[in-house]
Amino acid sequence: MDLFLQQVINGIMVGSVYSLVALGLTIIYGILGVPNFAHGSLYMLGAYFSFLLVTAGGVNYWLAIIISMAALTVIGMVIERIVFRPLVNAPHLNSFIAAIGLIYVIDNVALIVWGPDFKRFPPLYDQLYHFLGVTITLHRIIIVITAVVLIVLLELFIKKTTIGSAIEATAQDRVGARLSGINVTRVDMWTLGLGTSLAAAAGALIGPILLVYPAMGGAVTLKAFVIIILGGMGSIPGAILGGFILGLIESIGGAYLTTNYHEVLAFGLLVTVLAIKPTGLFGKAH
Amino acid sequence: MNTSPLRPGFLIPAAIILMAVVAPLLSENRYLHHLMIMACVWGIAATALNLVMGYAGQVNLAHGAFFGIGAYTSGLLMLKLGIGFWIALPLACLTAALFGLLIGMPSLRTKGAYFAIGTLCFNVIVTVIIDRWENLTEGQRGLLGIPPPSAIPLPYGLTVRFDNNMVATYYLFLIMLLLTLFVTRRIVISLMGKDFRAVKGNEELAASIGINPFRTKLIAFVTSTFFAGLAGGLYASYIGFLSPDISDFHVTFEVLIQVMFGGIGTMAGPIIGATILPVISETLHALAAYRMVAYGIMLIAVIIFLPTGIMGGLKIVWTKCITRK
Amino acid sequence: MLFQTMGLTKSFGGLTAVNDLSFGIEEGQIVSVIGPNGAGKSTVFNLVTGVHRPTAGRIELMGRSITGLKPYQVARQGIARTFQSTTVFGQDTVFENLAIGHRLRTDSGLFGALLVSGRERGDRKKSMAKAEELLSFLDLEHYRDEAAGNIPQEAQKRLSVGIALATEPKLLLLDEPTGGVNLEEDDSLIRIIQKIKASGVTICLIEHKMKMVMGISDRVVVLSYGSKIAEGDPQSVSRNENVIEAYLGPGYAAKD
Repeated sequence: MDLFLQQVINGIMVGSVYSLVALGLTIIYGILGVPNFAHGSLYMLGAYFSFLLVTAGGVNYWLAIIISMAALTVIGMVIERIVFRPLVNAPHLNSFIAAIGLIYVIDNVALIVWGPDFKRFPPLYDQLYHFLGVTITLHRIIIVITAVVLIVLLELFIKKTTIGSAIEATAQDRVGARLSGINVTRVDMWTLGLGTSLAAAAGALIGPILLVYPAMGGAVTLKAFVIIILGGMGSIPGAILGGFILGLIESIGGAYLTTNYHEVLAFGLLVTVLAIKPTGLFGKAH
Repeated sequence: MNTSPLRPGFLIPAAIILMAVVAPLLSENRYLHHLMIMACVWGIAATALNLVMGYAGQVNLAHGAFFGIGAYTSGLLMLKLGIGFWIALPLACLTAALFGLLIGMPSLRTKGAYFAIGTLCFNVIVTVIIDRWENLTEGQRGLLGIPPPSAIPLPYGLTVRFDNNMVATYYLFLIMLLLTLFVTRRIVISLMGKDFRAVKGNEELAASIGINPFRTKLIAFVTSTFFAGLAGGLYASYIGFLSPDISDFHVTFEVLIQVMFGGIGTMAGPIIGATILPVISETLHALAAYRMVAYGIMLIAVIIFLPTGIMGGLKIVWTKCITRK
Repeated sequence: MLFQTMGLTKSFGGLTAVNDLSFGIEEGQIVSVIGPNGAGKSTVFNLVTGVHRPTAGRIELMGRSITGLKPYQVARQGIARTFQSTTVFGQDTVFENLAIGHRLRTDSGLFGALLVSGRERGDRKKSMAKAEELLSFLDLEHYRDEAAGNIPQEAQKRLSVGIALATEPKLLLLDEPTGGVNLEEDDSLIRIIQKIKASGVTICLIEHKMKMVMGISDRVVVLSYGSKIAEGDPQSVSRNENVIEAYLGPGYAAKD
């Protein structure tokens, strides 16, 4: 029972990180209609930026996260402007390939600049807590809380700010939004910035637990796609719920089922769901 | 319609094939021979992907998996069951096609991004299985010592040997490539090819005129995987060594980029991409990560400014020349 | 009776789009389905052509049930359609569009492709002949080698009718054929519809332009909120109180 509970807690922690990544991705997909395959690379950059700010800059961890998010917001906006905007009228395949190109560029620049070795954050919130037979570090609790806070902030941002409501309007009806005077191209840019900042936050939060290395974005990207397909592409609740569910499935499944293939639980789950319901769990035909 | 043997549509491919046949005899450079052999392998893989993607419009991201399945099937049949190359190779193609059927049937009910991501997941699953099922595939240790094609006896007591004979290997692979191109072209210009095009153009409209979209896509998919398996089987016998990486999604992306770079939806495009890109790759290999950055930038530039690839670019130049006259 | 529906019903979640619809079409007729927006007309076409599965009811063509068949199967049974938003193969020439429409009357498959059988060649000739025939029938000859996506909207409409005709259907469903087309062009489409009828194809059309419908239809079926509220020849339908009320609102029916 202890093991189970431990896995549940772990799953919730991993799940909250997945949720943030998937959230960023689903917003981007919902507005731009493009699956941003480079999303994981931006998550990786978020991890690196905060790592550098903390270790080389001596900056407070939380400040580092905020600065990281801001930096990645800008990077995301630049990417939209330079890479995705020229492709807005081209077939989706072209944006997909451009994203692959981005992955090659970003991941290898990281490799060149920071080297392939795994970076380790200094100890931050390592206090251990024991309850109900489970051991947990403070950092893991903080991850979950921060993720929830960010999700709430995102909701507030979308509902209460001008930019946020422009984004929501564009997501619901792009043509209608344009007709009511919203600059849809700008919205695209802000959206990519916003989605990317969430990925950056996720990377910064998980960095101290997993190590930081240039290839860390790879598996996360595909899993994030699995989540948003299962949860419904463009659906915010779907991404959040899907993230937690996947985290739990991986932790619990990994412990109890064969560990040899637990990596592919996510992918196996996706192909199974799509085989049964080709439009995804909550999706309408897209 | 100009059907004279001197028309450009016939002359240009004939000239190129002639050059391809003569090329290895012009130089003793082993490295050059190696590049030419690999160009054939990737040419088959890229043509196969182009069939399902460029002509039938389905973005299949599991292509590397079928390449790997073909390679491993051929290698394992030869190493563990002692089956000869000339039997193992067709079996490898059929196995890849069988998996194409198994994976295609559930996948092709999905569309667009779902199909792309779903097939990509299949690719990852296959790679992981090859990697972990050590009893079968030797996993990370890799499959070593795969024999080259067995010798072919000829009249008058001559034989064609392939071990350590790059020129003979090249000619064999070239024949396989030409075969692949021949079959692909036959399909493309046939009524079945028109079905592919209709489904790619507008699936709903195609269905409304009696074309079965699912069956059409499945045929394209399975044919494509058959030839991906062929490329893999040839690769196994040439390189002699396999690791799970050759079914990796990186292989899928490489072939995808070759097709896009050369010109998707054309016959020559995949060949151009399969010939040029690996050369660029190898040339810049020493620069490792810098090469990949350059590669990525080039990819983005090409897809933004020349999405129809080299062939598309050539067509634009050609049209400009003609309209200027 | 060439075609009929019996108790045809379709619900999406809580919304009933088509409710217990029964009507028939005799061979050689032109039957129009009309009704205010949201009446469920396009849904009926989608049910007949297999795009949606009916929640209940039966659809018959020449006495045989085609309920629940997939779109490509319905086409093969002999029902062809056009779409409300004009649908053509934009990247292909007008000629090729018409030729591919004839595909279902040919049989060649994968092995035909590989062996370049004589049958392949014969099939291709048949399709090309059909395309020629339709080019002149629909007055599209001078667009013959243009990309279908580049020709004027009205010509595209004619082309989409041509693609449907190339399947040699028994029943042709036209979904708002004059949608987005101006009044002069209306006439040429009306002439085409009459030509099609004269060639022996039965036609069912969805329309909202009353004048056109009354002019060419043999029978009219009127839908409102998914239910049939009137059926009959154009004269009696246009005087029907329920019909007037459905279109113009209550209070108009009293006047004539």
